[in-house]
Amino acid sequence: MSERTAVIASRVGLHARPAGIFVAAVGELPLEVTIAMAGEPADDAMDASSILSIMSLGASNGDTVVLRAEGEGADEALDSLVKILETDLDAE
Amino acid sequence: MIVQTLSGSADTGQAPADQAETGRTFSGVGVSPGRIIGSILLMPQAVREPAVGEQLAAGTSVEDASALLRTAAKAVQTHLTARSAGASGAGREVLEATALMANDPMLVKAAVKLITNGASAERAIWDAAASVAEMLHNLGGYMAERATDVLDVRGRIVAELRGVPAPGIPYSDTPFILVGEDLAPADTATLDPAKVLALVTSSGGPQSHTAIIARALGLPAVVAAVGVDSLTDGTRVFVDGAAGTILVDPSADQVALAKAWETTTAALAVFDGTGRLKDGHLVPLLSNVGGAKDAVKAAAAGAQGVGLLRTEFCFLERDTEPTIAEQVEAYRGVFDAFPGKKVVVRTLDAGADKPLPFLTDASEPNPALGVRGYRTDFTSPGVLERQLQAIAQATEGTKAQVWVMAPMISTAEEAEHFASLCAAAGLKTPGVMVEVPSAALTSASILEHVDFVSLGTNDLTQYAMAADRQLGPLAGLNTPWQPAVLQLIRLTVAGSRDEGHDKPVGVCGEAAADPALAVVLVGLGVSTLSMTARALSAVAAVLASVTLPEAEQLAKLALTAHSAADARRIVREKLPILNTLGL
Repeated sequence: MSERTAVIASRVGLHARPAGIFVAAVGELPLEVTIAMAGEPADDAMDASSILSIMSLGASNGDTVVLRAEGEGADEALDSLVKILETDLDAE
Repeated sequence: MIVQTLSGSADTGQAPADQAETGRTFSGVGVSPGRIIGSILLMPQAVREPAVGEQLAAGTSVEDASALLRTAAKAVQTHLTARSAGASGAGREVLEATALMANDPMLVKAAVKLITNGASAERAIWDAAASVAEMLHNLGGYMAERATDVLDVRGRIVAELRGVPAPGIPYSDTPFILVGEDLAPADTATLDPAKVLALVTSSGGPQSHTAIIARALGLPAVVAAVGVDSLTDGTRVFVDGAAGTILVDPSADQVALAKAWETTTAALAVFDGTGRLKDGHLVPLLSNVGGAKDAVKAAAAGAQGVGLLRTEFCFLERDTEPTIAEQVEAYRGVFDAFPGKKVVVRTLDAGADKPLPFLTDASEPNPALGVRGYRTDFTSPGVLERQLQAIAQATEGTKAQVWVMAPMISTAEEAEHFASLCAAAGLKTPGVMVEVPSAALTSASILEHVDFVSLGTNDLTQYAMAADRQLGPLAGLNTPWQPAVLQLIRLTVAGSRDEGHDKPVGVCGEAAADPALAVVLVGLGVSTLSMTARALSAVAAVLASVTLPEAEQLAKLALTAHSAADARRIVREKLPILNTLGL
């Protein structure tokens, strides 16, 4: 199991356009990725390819989230997703 | 025309328009002027809820049903993604997010689980989406607003499973004439005025949402045109929004009329900012607004002030009472758009078709006759007083002349109470709406307590004629051209004269936006007219073509007509400018 933390950089938090961009990127991966707020048990992590799950997570600007994935290429995949979360997507 | 619907194979079972349809005409009620030619698209029926507890059909396996659901969800996603590519700005973002929701793993998994438990695919997605929507709603704020998107997606998936066109306003690359039974407020919110040429409905009356949105957007519109929804997609028609007619396969004559209308609209686009009759008699023309954005537009259109600020429109989606600070900000935006001008603030008009959860009881059997408008002060005391405080606070330091009025006043006693609340809040110019016939009949006593009255003709008509303004079959009764309604307006003015101080009697209903009726209202002694900003230039042009004695003469003819239709016809015949301008 690979694990990464990321600090949400988008000013609006992880919803609206930033959430859409993130979910689309997860959807391109051949892996199952989960997302949870930092400090929450891994069992409560949500499907990162679901925009509805992401929205219900309610991560705001500055919040730390934990991404997890398993399998070949998981480390590289998570690194690329962290990069997306740590960019202010709303500014672009 | 390229029409994208979710289901390319949808077969409505209707033959395309053939020669037999050529020249066929439909008559309805013209509610927004304009002459235009275009192809029609029909508004699909709302998606019917699948039966509660509907089970998988015998012979359908769980796997097959799940596969069908996944395919439908994917198809809706593909369709919405394609649409988002053609959109821009905020509209694009909403469509992109909605597309992702359509095929969302959480939603689809929840639905597949229900199918595994024996539910039909339609019922499964229906219930799964309802739970997700509820969860979003409970999160509040931005998330709660997205709950509607989930329900929209649900309707689309169910339509896809059934092989019928997607609900909502149809989508097309080229502008079209929208034809339907009637439009709901939610439909009108998604209506793109750049894509819709005109609105035509088989039901609905002159005060329906369709009519109101058409006038606000400046789209030609005809309502209550019985049978028009039997036409097929792609049929070319001529719509005359003043005459209330629709003609299939227009000839060269109608093409010429539509061309001439284009010229007219260009000429009518300007209002010089002073409403007056031919003889110089001044009739200030104001605008009805729902917030600061509207107010800025109205000021740009030359409005001489705001005759009606619908404060409930600032807070329609709220579950809780807005704070004083929020209210001050909302009102202040409107005041700032009209320095030195009059702004009439109407206190919250909640109830009937505009429910506010913190004020109204949704279970009333008869909401139009229920606790609405000023009456909510009986059941939720304090809200009105706080609103008056907020208005007073917003007034500080502004250059606008702020007047305040209460909706749904029935008696002089209520007017007196409202005036005392205004005085306590430090508001100097209290007034009331006249929309209940009892208030029209007792306007002299009412005006002993307040400084002005404003006639709300939409409600005054529905109460005088005992005809629900939303009902198509009653459209004939539900028009302010009814001589009985005109009598009530005459009596309101007479009451003001009897009171002795010539206190202003304005009109802020839809009637003021009808240029012919505007002449009659002025003839009846109404001092100011307030309307959607779009109508200002047309009303100003027609008023400028008559003198006060001529307007008074036309008012007499309308008052004594045998029917609303006669009143309208007689007045219109005496106003040749209407035909010249195509109004």
